[in-house]
Amino acid sequence: MPNKTLPPPDSTVDITEVVCPVTFVKVKVALDDLEPGQILSVRLNDGEPVENVPRSLKDEGHRVLKLSANGDGTYNLLVEKGQE
Amino acid sequence: MATDYKALKNGGFMRQKQKDRFSLRLKVVGGQLTAEQLRTVTEAAETYGQGYVHLTSRQGLEIPFVKLADVENIRQVLAKGGVETGVCGPRVRTVTACQGSDICPSGCIETMTLARTLSDRYYGRQLPHKFKFGITGCQNNCLKAEENDMGIKGGLIIHWLAEPCTFCGVCAKACREKAIVVTEDKVEVDRAKCNHCGRCVKSCPTEAWQGQPGYLLSFGGLFGNKIERGLELTPITGDLNAVLKVSDATLDFFSTYGRAGERFRFSIERTGWETLAQTVKEAAANA
Ligand code: SF4
Ligand code: SF4
Ligand code: SF4
Repeated sequence: MPNKTLPPPDSTVDITEVVCPVTFVKVKVALDDLEPGQILSVRLNDGEPVENVPRSLKDEGHRVLKLSANGDGTYNLLVEKGQE
Repeated sequence: MATDYKALKNGGFMRQKQKDRFSLRLKVVGGQLTAEQLRTVTEAAETYGQGYVHLTSRQGLEIPFVKLADVENIRQVLAKGGVETGVCGPRVRTVTACQGSDICPSGCIETMTLARTLSDRYYGRQLPHKFKFGITGCQNNCLKAEENDMGIKGGLIIHWLAEPCTFCGVCAKACREKAIVVTEDKVEVDRAKCNHCGRCVKSCPTEAWQGQPGYLLSFGGLFGNKIERGLELTPITGDLNAVLKVSDATLDFFSTYGRAGERFRFSIERTGWETLAQTVKEAAANA
């Protein structure tokens, strides 16, 4: 079920300048400002963040839509806020 | 009366350098004690020791400075509170475990039930030398499986479903072994690279990756005077019964081929890895 047409994000957050656990806290704060169903775009670094942030968002009940490489060593993650 | 140090040692009384003092080893399975057991230990340490305990490197607990004359009394106090004394000498030692999938988000297998099963089955069994089991819930290996005479590491046997997949690309990045390639409409996995870490399953937002709990077994680990890493001899198995048949066969192998005072690793090397591998494979096949 390829998901080609993804909606534009409602908000963005950049966590490339911070390290764990602030990475997760920043994303959480950004999600707090959104309503369930709205979409957040997260810019994150290769390595630990890109390996782990999608999974912690899933564990928190949000829906990860797409991960794409920006070509500069960073990634963009689209996540839809889950129900409270 | 001559002191029978050997008999004392069976009961987990470790002789101290101080005359007539023993560090009493307690039985702990998988690193867990109930609050009730801890209260009992506290009482015993205050009454018969010096009011403190020592935590050993393998999730054990010892009460130092117990007097020989108090051995029976402390045993009774402990037994009343559900605490048993441990073992030392040439036998199966404490079965260690991390918290596994019941508690840890990374866990691939339930470790505590398995630890109790192994401990009930083998704890204290006499062998040519000490024998350690260690159980770790996933490839993060917090419990250092390969340090043990027999190590058990949790993994997932993975299976991809096309239908729920959105080709989001998350799993390809989550996989540290670079075993997964995601394209617009395909997800491919290189089975030869897969180490069963389960990170694809844990990270997939749509449950397109399914994982069955599996056991990775290693044999002959040592981490004392000599340091050797335990080796895997069989592929991952999802069959818990096969794991038990293999551990039965492994201990029997050690009883049969091991020489007194020889660690399992050296019994294997002397007898030949092939012989153990054969034993282990047959046991797994007959499970
Ligand atoms: S080995 Fe895995 S399951 Fe066990 S505590 Fe570490 S991360 Fe968790
Ligand atoms: S993480 Fe899941 S949904 Fe995303 S590409 Fe991999 S299998 Fe498909
Ligand atoms: S189980 Fe681990 S190593 Fe195997 S494909 Fe999934 S993420 Fe990669």
